[in-house]
Amino acid sequence: MAHADSLPRPLPLAEPRRRGRFRLPSSYTLVLAGVLLLLALPLVATLGYALASRWGATLLPEGLTLAWFLELWATPRFLAAFGRSLLISVGALALSLALILPVAVLAQTRYPHLDHWMNTLILMPFAVPPVVSSVGLLQLYAGGPLSLVGTPWILILTYFTIALPFMYRTLANSLRAMNVVELMEAAQLLGASPFRAFFLVILPNIRAGVQIAIFLSFSFLVGEFVFANMLVGTRFETLQVYLNNMRGASGHFTSALVITLFTVTLVLTWLGARQADYTPKEASR
Amino acid sequence: MKGPRLPAWLGLAPFALAFFAFQVAPMLWVAVSAFRVEGDWGLDHFREIAASPFFRQAIWRSLEISLVSSVLGLTIATLACQAMTRSNARLRRVMISFTNMTSNFAGVPLAFAFIILMGANGVLTLALERLGIVEEIRLYSTSGLIVVYTWFQIPLGILLLFPAFAGLKDEWREAASLLGAGRLAYWRHVGLPVLRPALLSTFTVLVANAMGAYATVYALVNTSFNLMTIRIANLVAGDLFLRPDLASALALVLVILLVGITLIQRAILPRSDTHGTR
Repeated sequence: MAHADSLPRPLPLAEPRRRGRFRLPSSYTLVLAGVLLLLALPLVATLGYALASRWGATLLPEGLTLAWFLELWATPRFLAAFGRSLLISVGALALSLALILPVAVLAQTRYPHLDHWMNTLILMPFAVPPVVSSVGLLQLYAGGPLSLVGTPWILILTYFTIALPFMYRTLANSLRAMNVVELMEAAQLLGASPFRAFFLVILPNIRAGVQIAIFLSFSFLVGEFVFANMLVGTRFETLQVYLNNMRGASGHFTSALVITLFTVTLVLTWLGARQADYTPKEASR
Repeated sequence: MKGPRLPAWLGLAPFALAFFAFQVAPMLWVAVSAFRVEGDWGLDHFREIAASPFFRQAIWRSLEISLVSSVLGLTIATLACQAMTRSNARLRRVMISFTNMTSNFAGVPLAFAFIILMGANGVLTLALERLGIVEEIRLYSTSGLIVVYTWFQIPLGILLLFPAFAGLKDEWREAASLLGAGRLAYWRHVGLPVLRPALLSTFTVLVANAMGAYATVYALVNTSFNLMTIRIANLVAGDLFLRPDLASALALVLVILLVGITLIQRAILPRSDTHGTR
């Protein structure tokens, strides 16, 4: 077979050297600029709309204002939804930590095979779409002895499954990075009970991991809509359900709401990432 | 030692109970009730789905939008990753932070952003109409949804693909070049075979992600657009006829499709795996 490109043609091996100050951008830079523009477009438009006093018949907003944000932050329904979202997220995180931490510790100390099992189990929340789970949850907990649908409890309990994959991985990784078994043995040799050893020796050592898990799970939970809308809806309106119900409101107002929600998510992820940077180098092995 | 020692497995019990009650049990309920027909067992719900043009349309549209948006998203993500490996470190860092950031922008807020951008009175819609580039943008159509889906597939694709691209060694390119391979030959014989497993598994994740997506499309079109997830939700939480057993059957069809896609990927992958990475 004769290849049209069989003649040796030198490839750029390293980054092309700058010849002058005014060089045409390379095709790679153009591709990246295009992708950045594409991804930025909805965000920039929403930010612009949230800050525009009017943006109708013109290409650019007519005037800048913070009025929409001020109006949003003075709306009782928004503040109530914010409070509910925080309450549910904090409750779900506390529950998840209480349920998952013992499993992660036992998997690293007592039951070595458990880690393998857990790594398979935690794929389930990824594999089953929330809509499918909701169908079952709605039937199982709508009446009878466990009548949870329509109350915040069902969300706190269900959000545990959302936080699970991320929380387990992060906790297991930070536990693996330190020598849990030896530290526990040392503490117990010095007379501490297993509980004391755990709270005074292990927990302070995995604090960074716990914080990463909390911040990042928090950002997922604040953004959760499917369960919140299908299982509870307006009976305990969270931020995402509130946003969806504001469909008829002014586009400027909802834009301010979207930007506020996105900022909350970004701050939470940033706090998590900052913790990850502080984690001692050994932890990354 | 204070007090009696509790057995260690007791630490696993609360987790196991909660995981069963809120992850396993709902799935089991769906799998069982899909075959419940008025107190008896049968395949009637599946027959109804197969016979109904309405449900068949929902399944096809879900597949169409998922596959097309995954192909587009994967193509753009591949181009971006390739450009990232060849660009300078600073631009690469900007790209990674930016894709991380945009991957957090999903669900209902994303839908609202697209309404602002491309809705009937959207910023981009008005601008393009004014410049006479397009007659109208129809966000609430199949092609409109494909645009929105593709948008959220791109950051996910980049985040999943980039590690594989970073694994392409410069030496291979140099070696290929020394042996007389051009750019095309390099990609055909070295680059793509090495990346094939990563491309395939990323594609699978993207398709599954799109098939199960609900929040964005619900916030965009409510129940007026016919997709599997919209139909499932409407059968258990809609305003009119609630038919939880039928919802279970349709949900099971969705799960079977997702499993099927994963199995196809697994069936293709082993060969390329032994070829490529070693």
